Amino acid sequence: MASQKRIAKELAECTSSPPQGMTIKLPNDSDIHKWHVTLEGPEGTVYAGGKFGIIVSLPTDYPFKAPSITFSTRIYHPNVTNDSLGNICLGLLKPENWKPSSRLSSVLEAVRALLVEPQPDDPLEARIADEYRQDRKEFDKNARSYVQRYAKGPVKFESGGGESGGGSTSNTGGGGN
Amino acid sequence: MDTDDDFLSAMSSEDDMLPEDDSENEDMSGVEDFGFDDEPDPDIDMHKEIGAKKRVAYDVSFKVYQPGDIQKQQDDLIDEVNMILDISKEEAAILLRHFRWNKERLIEDYMDRPGKVLDAAGLSRSAAGPPKMETIPGFTCDICCEDGPGLQSFAIKCGHRYCVDCYRHYLSQKIREEGEAARIQCPSEGCSLIIDARSLDILVTPELTERYHELLNRTYVEDKETLKWCPAPDCQNAIECGVKKKDLDRVVPTVSCLCGHRFCFGCILNDHQPAPCELVKKWLKKCADDSETANWISANTKECPKCNSTIEKNGGCNHMTCRKCKHEFCWMCMGLWSEHGTAWYSCNRYEEKSGTEARDAQARSRVSLERYLHYYNRYANHEQSARLDKDIYVKTEKKMVQLQKESGMSWIEVQYLNSASQALQTCRQTLMWTYAFAFYLARNNLTEIFEDNQKDLEMAVEALSAMFEKPVTELADPKLKVEIMDKTSYCNRRRVILLEDTAMNLAEGRWTFNVELTGSGANGGPSTRR
Repeated sequence: MASQKRIAKELAECTSSPPQGMTIKLPNDSDIHKWHVTLEGPEGTVYAGGKFGIIVSLPTDYPFKAPSITFSTRIYHPNVTNDSLGNICLGLLKPENWKPSSRLSSVLEAVRALLVEPQPDDPLEARIADEYRQDRKEFDKNARSYVQRYAKGPVKFESGGGESGGGSTSNTGGGGN
Repeated sequence: MDTDDDFLSAMSSEDDMLPEDDSENEDMSGVEDFGFDDEPDPDIDMHKEIGAKKRVAYDVSFKVYQPGDIQKQQDDLIDEVNMILDISKEEAAILLRHFRWNKERLIEDYMDRPGKVLDAAGLSRSAAGPPKMETIPGFTCDICCEDGPGLQSFAIKCGHRYCVDCYRHYLSQKIREEGEAARIQCPSEGCSLIIDARSLDILVTPELTERYHELLNRTYVEDKETLKWCPAPDCQNAIECGVKKKDLDRVVPTVSCLCGHRFCFGCILNDHQPAPCELVKKWLKKCADDSETANWISANTKECPKCNSTIEKNGGCNHMTCRKCKHEFCWMCMGLWSEHGTAWYSCNRYEEKSGTEARDAQARSRVSLERYLHYYNRYANHEQSARLDKDIYVKTEKKMVQLQKESGMSWIEVQYLNSASQALQTCRQTLMWTYAFAFYLARNNLTEIFEDNQKDLEMAVEALSAMFEKPVTELADPKLKVEIMDKTSYCNRRRVILLEDTAMNLAEGRWTFNVELTGSGANGGPSTRR
C-alpha cells in the first residue's frame, strides 16, 4: 500500500537524522506501524537527566489518520495523563487539525516542545496544571521526583506493566509531598 | 395539510387582533354546536377548523422546505452573489458558506475589502486557470511518496500538489468519517486554503457525491437561525420559522412538518404547548432527577435517632422500635420511649421549639411533594395515553373497517372515527403539558381561568375517550355517531380556547411563574386582567 512506502521513508529519515534527543527503534522489524522512541529529558528543564519511552502507533490509514502517541514512562506533566496509560494531548493530532502531509518528525518535535514548555491552559491533568501555574516550586519538585523514580535506568515500553503497579502506591506519596 | 399561505398570514400583528379573535371563537363555537345537531357533515367541520386556525394566537408562521427547495434556495443565493459581485459561482458558494449564508453581510464586506474577505474565506487571489489533474515529470507525492511516471497529480490555488489517489483518500476520510464538506482545507500542513466546490466536483468519486451534497445542504440549514431540520426519523424536510431564541419566553413556536410531525421550533422537542420551552426543560429535568426520590424519602421517613437507619412508618402507634438497633423511641418527638410512660400523647416535648421546627420542615416538604405528585401524575397519565397513540390509531383503523362491513357505511362515512382519534391524541398531548405548565404557575385570577379551561378540556377528552372505546355494534348507532362528532369538535375547540388564552397571556407577559424564566418580561407583575 501507499502508506508502507511513506512510513518506510519517514522511518529512514528519522533513524538517520533523528529529532533532537531521540532514538527510534522498531520493536518488531516486520511491523513498521509501531515505533519505540526514547526521549532524553531536555536540558534546562525539570525532566533533564530522565529517559522517557514513547510509543508511536500508526493506524492502517496513516497518513490520512493521525498517529497515536503515548508515554510508556510515567511523567509528571499537565498534558500527559498521570497513569499507566500515558495519554498525551497534542493539538496537532486532533482529527480536525491533522493533515496527511504532516510528518512524524514534527509530531515528535512537538512532544519534546511540550516538555520544554507545558501547556497548562489545555490540560489533561487539571490538578497538575493548577499546580504548574500557581505553585511552580511544588510542581518542579514533584516532576523531578517522578524523574528520579521512573525515568532512570533502562527505558520500558510495556505500558501498564509491573513497574506501574508499584508506581501507583508510591505515586500517592509523591503527590502528597 | 394547510397551505403555506395560511401560516404566513397567521401571525402578522397578533397582539392587536387577539382580543377580538377570542370572542369570535367563542361566538363561532356556539353557532357550530347548534348547527351540528341537525347537520353532521364532517366537511363543514373541517372548513370551520381551518377558518378558526388562521387567526389563533398560538400559531406561528412557518414554511416547510423539501430537499429540492433547499437546494434551489442555495443555488439562487449563489447566482445572486455571483452576479452582484462578479465572482465565479464556486467562489460565491464558498463565500456564502463562510458568511453562514448571510448574503447582505457578505456583499457589504466584500464591497469594502474584497482582498480581506477572500483571504478569510480561504480563497487566495491569484487567478490561475480552472483546476485540473496534471501529470508532471519528476513529481513525487509528499503523502504517499510515490514517484512513478504518469502519476496524476492535483493542486488547488495554493499550489500544494499531491497525487490524485491521496487527494481522494483525504477527501473520503473528511467526508465519510469526519462529516466535513463545506470547509475542507488543503491537505498540506499549515495551509488553510479551502478546497473549492469545482475542485471537489472533479475529485469526489461518484460513491461520495451524494454524501458530499447532503453534507453541504446540511451546513446551509444548520448555519441559518431561521431554519431547522424536522427531527422525525427519516424526514428530510427543513422548516423555516422566524421566531428567535430571545422570544421563547413569549411564544411557544409549534410547527408541523409535511411528514405530520409536530414539534417546537424553539427546542425541537415534540409539541409542548402551552408550556414555554424553558419550563419544559425545567420540568423534564425535575422529573428525571433523583431529587424527587430524595424528596419522597424526606417527606415519608425519619431516621432512627440512634443508628440513623431510615424508617418508614407504615401505620400503628407512635411507639417505634428500630428493627436494626432495637432502639425504642416516639415517632412524634423522636425522644426515648421509656420517658413517655404508656401514653404517647402526654409527650411533654411535643410543643418544644426544635420539635415544631422539625415537624414544620417535614410538613413543608410533604406539601411540596404532594403538589409535585399531583401535577406529575396527571402529566404522566396523559403522556402514557399519548404514547398509546399508535395503538389507538391502529384500533381506529380496524374499527373503521369493521364498521364499514357491519353497518354498510361507506369509507367517507366512518372518517369521523379517525377525526375523533386525531383529536384525542392532540388534546392529550396538550393536556399533558398543561400540567407541567400549571406546576410552575403562581396562583392568581389568571390561574383560575386557566384551570377552568383545563378542566373543560379534560372532561371533554375523557368523555370522548369513553365514547370512542365503545364496541362496534354501538358505534353503528347514528345517534352515537353524532355525539362523537359533536364531542370531537367540542374537544378541538376547547383546546384552541385554552391555547389561545395561554399564548395571549404569555405574549403579553401576564403569567406569574414561581420560577425564574431567563428571558425578560415573563415575570411581569401579578395579574389582574387588563
